[in-house]
Amino acid sequence: MTTTLLTLLANDELVPKWANWNMFPESNSTFGPAVDGAFNFIMWVCIFFFVLVCGLMVYFMVVYRRRTPNDKMMSSPTHNTPLEIFWTVVPSFLLVIMFARGFAGFVDMRTPPADCYDIKVIAKKWSWTFQYPDGTSTNELHVPVDTNVRLTMRSDDVLHSLYIPTMRVKMDVVPGRYTYLWFKALKPGQQHLFCTEYCGREHSMMITKCVVHPTQPDPNGNEDALLNMDFPQWLVYASDITRNKNFMTDGKFDPVKAGAELYKTKGCSACHSLTDQRIANGGPPWLPLSHALKTGEEIQLQDGSVKADDNYVRESILAPNAKRRTGYGNMPSYQGQMKDPEIDAIIAFIKSLDK
Amino acid sequence: MATDISTTPGSHTQPVPPQTEPDYLHVSSGFSSWAFTLDHKRIGIMYLIGVMAAFALGGVFALILRTELLTPGPTIISADWYNQMFTLHGAVMVFLFIIPSIPGALGNFVVPIMLGTKDVAFPQMNLASFYLWVGGAIFFVAALLTGGLDTGWTFYTPYSTTTSTSVIAATFGAFILGFSSIFTGLNFIVTVHTMRAPGMSWFRIPLFVWAIYATAIIQVLATPVLGITLLMLIAERALGLGIFDPKMGGDPVLFQHFFWFYSHPAVYIMILPAMGIISELISTYSRRHIFGYRFIAFSSVGLALLGFLVWGHHMFTSGQSPAMSVIFSALTFSVAIPSAVKVFNWLATMYRGSISLATPMCYALAFLFLFTIGGLTGLFLGTLVVDVPLHDTYFVVAHFHYVMMGGTLIAFLGGIFHWWPKMTGKMYNEFWGQVSSVIVFLGFNLTFFPQFILGTRGMPRRYYNYVPEFQSLHVMSTVGAYVLGLGLTIALAVLIHSLMRGKKAPNNPWGAATLEWQTTSPPPLYNFNYEPVGRDPYALHEMEYDASIDGYKHNPELAKLAPAH
Repeated sequence: MTTTLLTLLANDELVPKWANWNMFPESNSTFGPAVDGAFNFIMWVCIFFFVLVCGLMVYFMVVYRRRTPNDKMMSSPTHNTPLEIFWTVVPSFLLVIMFARGFAGFVDMRTPPADCYDIKVIAKKWSWTFQYPDGTSTNELHVPVDTNVRLTMRSDDVLHSLYIPTMRVKMDVVPGRYTYLWFKALKPGQQHLFCTEYCGREHSMMITKCVVHPTQPDPNGNEDALLNMDFPQWLVYASDITRNKNFMTDGKFDPVKAGAELYKTKGCSACHSLTDQRIANGGPPWLPLSHALKTGEEIQLQDGSVKADDNYVRESILAPNAKRRTGYGNMPSYQGQMKDPEIDAIIAFIKSLDK
Repeated sequence: MATDISTTPGSHTQPVPPQTEPDYLHVSSGFSSWAFTLDHKRIGIMYLIGVMAAFALGGVFALILRTELLTPGPTIISADWYNQMFTLHGAVMVFLFIIPSIPGALGNFVVPIMLGTKDVAFPQMNLASFYLWVGGAIFFVAALLTGGLDTGWTFYTPYSTTTSTSVIAATFGAFILGFSSIFTGLNFIVTVHTMRAPGMSWFRIPLFVWAIYATAIIQVLATPVLGITLLMLIAERALGLGIFDPKMGGDPVLFQHFFWFYSHPAVYIMILPAMGIISELISTYSRRHIFGYRFIAFSSVGLALLGFLVWGHHMFTSGQSPAMSVIFSALTFSVAIPSAVKVFNWLATMYRGSISLATPMCYALAFLFLFTIGGLTGLFLGTLVVDVPLHDTYFVVAHFHYVMMGGTLIAFLGGIFHWWPKMTGKMYNEFWGQVSSVIVFLGFNLTFFPQFILGTRGMPRRYYNYVPEFQSLHVMSTVGAYVLGLGLTIALAVLIHSLMRGKKAPNNPWGAATLEWQTTSPPPLYNFNYEPVGRDPYALHEMEYDASIDGYKHNPELAKLAPAH
């Protein structure tokens, strides 16, 4: 009988439409019904008890208000064991239903299906990197619609947490281990992606987008051409910055333009300034570096010195701790996260700083 | 059973003899008479001043935070300052204010008198507990002045082991404050067990004392774990022990287990004393015997014990195994029951009462409203699938402010107004007291209700910057914070005004039946100038109003007219 009651109460098709109101942003994943359904169920239980408690409270305040300091005392019990057992036991049944609904949906959330499209996530202070199976990496998350997507996440430094409100998913990104997250998007479009585990100064700047691509290219769908591409089309576009229309000047690839964009999206800007002022606890500022590259002067290292040239910058990106400058700490390596044309673009951008 | 307590031979029938010796405030004077006092009442007053100063500091941080959040991006301070402000707001409010507030200030003052004894069991230890609090506060201020603190009050690793701010000073401060808390708890446990007046059997102890007793059990059992955890954190930072940092072979999630193993029970250190105050207030101002005394008393102890088993519900998205999350979710629902039982019992106490809307009752009713919301919204967070999107968003921020501030702070204010005449011997302005409670209530809801919506819409907590679609709700919340600040300022002004201009308080202005009202206001040094005996603390029908003293007196004749049970 309890099982029947449970199924009955857990069946959202029996719930009238007006009762399915909640404060969440519109769901865009297969988890929506489980999360929103449980939320609505709890919300109506809460509204019932809140109205009961506060209604009685206000009613008693008015009806039994004190008239004189020596009001004649009305008789009333000091306890009533059956009543007290009743209001201890009956709400417990509601709690069992809440637990059961939460449990069922959670197991689904934590069990990725076998046929997932795999994306690697690397979180660091303060940027996201998403790596696709073909080696392309981006700072926004792009996924195909109607496909099971699994994120395998790791952190380079401290705790982070990946949260996409419309997908109803969240998972901490923990240094020293992998954590997983999966979802299946229902509609093309873009939504917010937040970091929700405090990670320092730019924690609230770790906001990026989760873009869901349609199954067919849709030339009339959206003002933003990127959103109209289907996923394979986008992947080709993303894997080669030299074909990216945003980085064209007069129809030709402009590495300085691309470098300026990569400076922000690859997270360089968190530690390297474009002036001669060092960011607190950050790495070498880029204006003096630009000057050094132009003049080919020697750069002081912790052990010796090195001539400032393209190879020095390239090595500093891929193996940053091979040559460590005096007075500076460690930098995470970008090995496998940046392709050659991207490194070329960064070098071109640095060189363009010293006018 | 509780029914016939009022007619048992232990009933106190003698009138309070007139005051012949100076009260505790006037028995001695000068700085050292306070600094080295062993009187639980003076220690309580010093705690009261201390925790109110800490609250003011934490409150200023809160107003700075809310002002910064008026607009996305920079408003008045930088991101680094914002991170320091929310860290210090949380750390000061939790460690320096909420945890010591009710046990340290009101518990110290009231518990021994309620038990009919002249002091706590270990007066020196009681004074030491206060000075440990001062020591902890000094370390916190030192951390603030020497590099600040930007880890969040939770000190999560590996951020806390790698940031350049004064983590060691602050954690050492929290470590010292832990001992202050243990000393207070130990004192209350021994006092309740060994120092009760003749006739004060376990089921004649006022429910406030039951709540403080349950709290003390948690303080003594859980706080050492916090001490160990913070020492390990200090050792990791100072010596490079690899306990939590994966770079040295540690596990950051282990820190979260340690931290919440203390900090979840600590939530009950914060809320149980508040529930105790509410039991006293609702009964007194409804002039009704508390309903279901034993259910309330046992639910306090039940909460204290169950509170140890649910820490993992802070970690559903942390990377702990799903099986553990499931177990912790199931256990979490079990703590909902004792809290609900208390709310129903308080309501039943009001039924057929004679309800006065004096200031303390206004705060108690505000507590009922706000704590009901705070408790019910916990159900969303205990439900696994719903917690996933809500975790670490403003929904959580709103939930725990409804419980900690709407619960503990509001009850603390109600308790201060209730016991103020006893503590100071002065009556405050009733009208302005009521005004303060209404403004605090409205300001509170305006501040924190929009945060439930913000969190559900996806606004993460601890964000300096946010996406523009959240701005209007943030503005509402900030305006609410200013209103709340105004209400609290009025409450403080009412109390200070009473010290200068207040009428002399009668022994029992509210008609309460607990023992602290059966002595003079303020009490003498050793609390009673007669031998008190334990009796039913909720026999309110035996109290009779006497207009000539504007207060209540015990009338033994009325005991025979006990209302039917």
